[in-house]
Amino acid sequence: MASAHAEVEHLPVHVHTQYEDIEQQNETYIVGMWSFMVTEVMFFGALFLAYILYRWHYQPDFYLAHKQLSTLWGGINTTLLLLSSFTMVLGVHFAQLRKKNLVVANLIATCLLATGFLLIKFTQEWPAKFEHHLVPGHSFGSHPEFLAGASPRGAELFYSLYFLMTGLHAIHIIVGIIIIAILAIVWARDWKLASEDYIPTELVGLYWHFVDLVWIFLFPLFYLIPQ
Amino acid sequence: MSATHELHEPEEELNYLTNGKSIRSWLLTGDHKRIAILYLISTAFFFMVGGFFASLIRLELTSPTGVLLETETYNKVFTAHGVVMIFLFLIPAIPAVLGNFALPLMIGARDLAFPRLNLLSWYVYMSAGILITWAVVIGGVDTGWTFYTPLSTTYSHGPISLAILGAFLAGFSSIFTAINFIATVHKMRAPGMTWFRLPLFIWAMYGTSVVILLGTPVVAITLALVMVERWTGIGIFSPELGGDPVLFQHMFWFYSHPAVYIMILPAFGVISELIANFTRKRVFGYHFVAFSTLAISGLGFLVWGHHMFVSSQSMYEGIVFSLISFLVAVPSAIKVFNWTATIYKGNVRLQTPMIYAICFLMLFTVGGLTGLFLASMGTDVHLTATYFIVAHFHYVMVGGGVTGFLGGLHYWWPKMTGRMYPDGIARVNAILVFIGFTATFVPQFIVGFLGMPRRYHYYYFAPEFQIYHILSSLGASILAVAFFTPATYLIWSLFKGEKASANPWGAHGLEWETSSPPDSHNFHSVPIVTDEVYDFPGVEYAHPSHGHGKKPKPTEPATKEQH
Repeated sequence: MASAHAEVEHLPVHVHTQYEDIEQQNETYIVGMWSFMVTEVMFFGALFLAYILYRWHYQPDFYLAHKQLSTLWGGINTTLLLLSSFTMVLGVHFAQLRKKNLVVANLIATCLLATGFLLIKFTQEWPAKFEHHLVPGHSFGSHPEFLAGASPRGAELFYSLYFLMTGLHAIHIIVGIIIIAILAIVWARDWKLASEDYIPTELVGLYWHFVDLVWIFLFPLFYLIPQ
Repeated sequence: MSATHELHEPEEELNYLTNGKSIRSWLLTGDHKRIAILYLISTAFFFMVGGFFASLIRLELTSPTGVLLETETYNKVFTAHGVVMIFLFLIPAIPAVLGNFALPLMIGARDLAFPRLNLLSWYVYMSAGILITWAVVIGGVDTGWTFYTPLSTTYSHGPISLAILGAFLAGFSSIFTAINFIATVHKMRAPGMTWFRLPLFIWAMYGTSVVILLGTPVVAITLALVMVERWTGIGIFSPELGGDPVLFQHMFWFYSHPAVYIMILPAFGVISELIANFTRKRVFGYHFVAFSTLAISGLGFLVWGHHMFVSSQSMYEGIVFSLISFLVAVPSAIKVFNWTATIYKGNVRLQTPMIYAICFLMLFTVGGLTGLFLASMGTDVHLTATYFIVAHFHYVMVGGGVTGFLGGLHYWWPKMTGRMYPDGIARVNAILVFIGFTATFVPQFIVGFLGMPRRYHYYYFAPEFQIYHILSSLGASILAVAFFTPATYLIWSLFKGEKASANPWGAHGLEWETSSPPDSHNFHSVPIVTDEVYDFPGVEYAHPSHGHGKKPKPTEPATKEQH
């Protein structure tokens, strides 16, 4: 629609033809984004349901199995994501003030923090599971000392859920990094696509906060199981 | 937006069908009406594919020992029938075709909120269609459309991941449509179009979108888990890994029961429009019909367990699910009673869409009432996995969903194409649909009640069932003709049909105030709504001041059916 109606460029912000004015466009964008968030909640929700069910069945095994997860790396990762949420908030804030350089700086910082999160996950956390034969499959539990006494069935489910849920979350982080990087480029180059208004930045921020929020649930559910 | 209008003045003669004739202008369009046409062509195609598999099934069952197919092949055929019909036809049919076309027109918007997302939804849908077709062609899937574990994860060897990926993508395509509808209905109604002036079709689309939004992601992740389990061995459903296959059934039906409402709620919306407009009465109890839509959307999420009465569910769970399943019949009954009350003393005009609406009332009532047999645990244990269930859900989905789709398609066809279809043959055909449908599925109720299991391709153990199967197959032949005929006369009408006026039915909705077919931006100026949508006494038929003021048309409507 945008190309067919380039003639409305005299407006300060591009309003697509289907909208009456910028307020309607922005409000519609926000409703659309929140609707999408609802689907994301349900998407993860099914996995949380499975987690609840299996933890209820295998609580002692979950407790024993979770000791193999590194609370230190998990904690550092939580901190990184919380910081990235903070820089994202600053990015949206400066987008509202239209301070281009600060927006770009904060978006890049968000990307870097998120990349740090992935680096730790893929270089420190997951390889250890492979070495200890804690990845579900044929060789799972072939080194029983790493099961710490947990039944192989319960522990395998724990690690299945661990890889499925943190894996799905990691996919979301990767998508988030790509989107935020594109947004940073858009701001840096002053492309009309998204930098003439703060709403696109805010919508990306919404997504990013959701991804962080998922981790806020994942971290205690996997790393901090009480006995 | 006045600036944009001036620029479009010279093109005023163009409508959305003629504005841009290249293939590219269709494949890269953002226009909701064009995307609706794309969806119409593709869903109709997949309906024929699904119908082909249905006819194979009916052919196979004419003999107690089977006619044509091996057991394995038969499994693949009914799976293909189910997967294609549900994921590629029933779920997108009314929302993505009729909803896409009519929703922005009915609320006085220039387009849906996110045109590019809308286009993406069609591309994702087509990818889903291609993947599923591919899976069928390279060997077929024999799990049934339900993909139950551990059959789908461990024991079945076929291109199951392909089919599942197709279903996954089809889900996302409907999610995109739902996001679009919700944002559009919330934020883009014309001035004066309050929530309680919305046509009931819009309420139905809204309710459907809510169900899609909440349900589809769950089945998406569930199917994704099956794929991951097949590929990597990491899974939570396999008993070998300590998992619980019944959890799959719970997560699957958490979506797939509400999916029934994704298929039937849009048809409810269509029927509300048809009955109001062809009886020229305000829908009796508008608010009740509107809220019953939301009630069905909500309650529909709490009844999935009635698919699992014999799947190791505890008795107490079963009782709760059974009770809530009875409850969900209440809002459905409210609708049927209110439609009937609307017809009562109405100025009924038995044009084609109305005949479909009456077919719908009769068929859906039977479908709904037989649902109660299956919602009560005692009878369900006897009827589970028999042809009784097959007949029941076909009554709801085909007798309800497909007749609703056909009725709505005939109703909006003049608006979509600017042409009238031949009404006589269409009326006869509508009655033929009813006859063929009844002949197909009433015998299935009986033979199912007598114990014919579903998904069997032989019944040599009970040759006395043959008469019912032959009756059913005969009915299916009539039904096949009745489903194919509209395709021929509707295409014929594109070229030879009488030109339709802006408001051939004398209806009152906003979509009838613009020209037929509408121009690319739907309305020349934003309509302002000052009265209720079903406020008929004040309607002037095909009013020349509506829509295109520049082209005065004779007030005489195009069809002879007008008063």
